[in-house]
Amino acid sequence: MRIGEIVTAGVLALFSLYLMWKSAELPVGYIAGTGPGGGAWPFWLSGIMLVCCGCIAFNWWRRTSPPSQSEEPVLSPSGWRMLLFVGGGIVGFVALIEVISMYGALAVFLFYYTRFLGRHSLALSLSLALIAPVTLFFFFEGAMRISMPTGMPFTDPVFNVLYELIY
Amino acid sequence: MDVLHLLSDGMLLALQPLNLLLILIGVSVGLFIGAMPGLGSVNGVAILLPITFLVPPTGAIIFLAAIYYGAMYGGAISSITLGIPGASTAVATTFDGRPLARQGRASLALVTAALASFVGGTIANVLFTLFAPLLAGVALSFGPPEIFALMLLAFATFVGLGGDDIPKTIFSICFGLVIGAIGFDQISGAPRLVLFDMSEFLKGIGFLVLAIGVYGIGEMLWTIEQTRGEVETTNPKMTMRGMAADAKEATKRGWKGSMIGSFLGFFVGVLPAAGATPGSLMAYGVAKMVSRKPEEYGRGTPDGVAAPEAANNAASTGSMLPMLTLGIPGSPTTAILLGGMVIWGLVPGPRLFAEETEFVWGLIGSFYVSNFAALLINLAFIPLFIWMLRMPFTILAPVIFVLSIVGGYAATRSMFDLWLMIAFGIGAFFLRRFDYPLAPAVLAIVLGPIAEPTLRQSLLLSSGDPSIFFTRPIAGPITIVALILIFLPALKLLRRIGARKPAA
Repeated sequence: MRIGEIVTAGVLALFSLYLMWKSAELPVGYIAGTGPGGGAWPFWLSGIMLVCCGCIAFNWWRRTSPPSQSEEPVLSPSGWRMLLFVGGGIVGFVALIEVISMYGALAVFLFYYTRFLGRHSLALSLSLALIAPVTLFFFFEGAMRISMPTGMPFTDPVFNVLYELIY
Repeated sequence: MDVLHLLSDGMLLALQPLNLLLILIGVSVGLFIGAMPGLGSVNGVAILLPITFLVPPTGAIIFLAAIYYGAMYGGAISSITLGIPGASTAVATTFDGRPLARQGRASLALVTAALASFVGGTIANVLFTLFAPLLAGVALSFGPPEIFALMLLAFATFVGLGGDDIPKTIFSICFGLVIGAIGFDQISGAPRLVLFDMSEFLKGIGFLVLAIGVYGIGEMLWTIEQTRGEVETTNPKMTMRGMAADAKEATKRGWKGSMIGSFLGFFVGVLPAAGATPGSLMAYGVAKMVSRKPEEYGRGTPDGVAAPEAANNAASTGSMLPMLTLGIPGSPTTAILLGGMVIWGLVPGPRLFAEETEFVWGLIGSFYVSNFAALLINLAFIPLFIWMLRMPFTILAPVIFVLSIVGGYAATRSMFDLWLMIAFGIGAFFLRRFDYPLAPAVLAIVLGPIAEPTLRQSLLLSSGDPSIFFTRPIAGPITIVALILIFLPALKLLRRIGARKPAA
């Protein structure tokens, strides 16, 4: 944790510097007659962020913050595994949206999570994976008139049938 | 007496069968729309606006106002049960609502939210009825320096009152403000902070992208990691007697927050462009400041739920005031209502009260009826919301992830924003490991687009002289209080050092 905190502060300091540099593409000072330049607000706020990173580093050096006193790892091996399986599952979900549609992707994600991570029965996992997309389809597309991505063209026949039902 | 007579006429109009039906439907629809992460009163009112052309203008505005009310009540539901604030107005509700739910006291949190919302709505309605024209005049005296001072005060409540690491809190606020500045410069129209030269950043980063990323994804990853995926689901008992006991406890432990939230929320809501988010945030901050046990805030105190909930409801009524009396919308939802009124042939402004008496007082009467209907409907649905919490966590977690992704897309219609949401979620997970408070960033992204133009307009007014924030009669005291709150931690530190020296 101790090393992690100073590395995080360093990364955030670099990000703050990057934001200052990007903000400076517009004027950052006061322009007579027009007021503060367009870049002033983000530039000076990023400057404050940089100063805060300095203070965080100072507190780290004095060992006053809890993470700076901790010798524990940032994440345990099981924590990294969790991040891989759950976080990876969410990334997979979003990646699948443009392939098999929002509803298809959420069905796959729900099945993956409940069956493989939650270790629920096949019947429960399949029911949830079927009921949730159908309910959400009728709520968003039917009631709220909000269209979700339908994926690649091979999903069109399914959506044509469903749209026939609601329009 | 005139006011009472007009109000009773208005209430009778609101209680007519068609209008009452519209109120009940509007409140129920609003409640579910508000409870859905990613959807808020704006979506409900905008989507259902065309339907209102089927009924007379009075019925139409009553229906839309009922949706608005229901959605404000509903915002607390996802904050408490799922830990995801569906709208910016409900961010402060998560601070104590979610901890209460985790302790198995979700019903207390939900009942507190419902009662506080009702109190906030009722007090705001009375203030609205009695002081509408007077308050409209006060609201007009709030120029850019006053609004900026108010924004400064909202941020100061986090710095001065938070028990978190101060540099990390300030970093979080500034991060939210800078993220909110991405896109275009509001004044010159020039592209600004287009990160890594990706054109997708030109449209900016919305509140929901950060909020759902932080709360819907980051918070869930954090919970799963902390509990090794074996979260003990709470099993709250939901009986009539239990609910009555919760109502009693909510009244006893939440009355102070409700009072603070009601008055503060209404006043902030009245101000054009301020709205319910700063109102709920300031109410939370002030309730914590005046509390005898401020250390209980953030760990699950009913007062911490009552203050923001009373405030956001009071503010939603307050924001109707400049819309009706001045024709200035106080929030995005009232902007849509204003559009509807114009379409129905009504001209909002000072003459509306004189020329459309039946419409105005019918609407005000419907506020009272809607508020009461929202309380009853909300209380009736609490067992359903509690049932959600009884689900095994391995079912609840993927459902929350799905609602986050689907709700996020529904609000933004952008795949890029979904990827950004995931990035924020994973970033928030790691930042939380190092004790970075993330709520200030989420609120700052909402308040930034209000704060920046008002700061720039103020400095333009004063030719760059920052004393404008100190010399004006309203802005001055607000700025001074904000600065005291910002520097309070430093003053406390100096006092501690001073106390140590004589002892040494």
